[in-house]
Amino acid sequence: MQTAVIVFPASNCDRDAAVALETHTGKAPHMIWHKDTSIPDDVRFVVVPGGFSYGDYLRSGAIAAQSPVIKDLKQKAEAGLPVLGICNGFQILTEAGMLPGALMRNAGQKFVCKISRLRLANAQTRFTKLYDAKHEIDIPVAHHDGNYFADDDTLRRIEGSGQVVFRYVDNPNGSRGDIAGIINQAGNVLGMMPHPERAIDPLHGGTDGSNIFKSILGSL
Amino acid sequence: MIARVYVGLKPGVLDPQGRTIASSLNDLGFEEVQDATQGKVIELKLANGERDLVKARVKEMCEKLLANTVIESYRIELDETEE
Repeated sequence: MQTAVIVFPASNCDRDAAVALETHTGKAPHMIWHKDTSIPDDVRFVVVPGGFSYGDYLRSGAIAAQSPVIKDLKQKAEAGLPVLGICNGFQILTEAGMLPGALMRNAGQKFVCKISRLRLANAQTRFTKLYDAKHEIDIPVAHHDGNYFADDDTLRRIEGSGQVVFRYVDNPNGSRGDIAGIINQAGNVLGMMPHPERAIDPLHGGTDGSNIFKSILGSL
Repeated sequence: MIARVYVGLKPGVLDPQGRTIASSLNDLGFEEVQDATQGKVIELKLANGERDLVKARVKEMCEKLLANTVIESYRIELDETEE
């Protein structure tokens, strides 16, 4: 199955994402440069990877969200293409308006880099259906701007419609509702601060991230 | 013409940087500081034009890129004395 990773200047988890995709599909993903104007039609799943696109200038993800390729990604996602945004990828998807809310500076001011324990707030999505809803999972976080914010109305709406997918057991960044990951209303665009691509091999210290890739790829 | 865009967090949005600045000032003996908010100033050098049109364009820039209106508000000042 053909997948793709979008690469921005200063993405730094693009190759980890590529390894995760190749591990789960047996096929190397297309690496799509942000200046490209379109995503090839054979691509069935796209990862927007972590990193520090454009040096986090202006706001994390703000400049990358204006990239030519994002315009096409947005259109294809609206037509149903599954997209996973990880860390900076999550920031980019919120800045592009593909997911609600925004990611602000961590409440504790510090960059947090550690294993985070997550609860499955929704194990019925295309990205999480292989998880046991009662099970907590360990996925690493590494970010400075992971403090999820949405206004009260938006928060009520996404909580009410099952769009909150992951919550921190021990909130590392001040996110409202302990939110670590959310999905769009249509259920095909997931954004999360923790890095599932860094938890797919026993040598990573755990493989709890693997089911995200297996779930979404298995749904295609 | 120069346009100065002031971008800051909306009221009600927790500003951890502002809070840290305020508590640091308190620690330095400036007990009168009750709160602080931090924002940014973006200065744009623009081709001269009709004031209302220029302002409308800068507003569009704010909405599209310079501010994230989910968390930030902005204010625009035009300065025609500067070239």
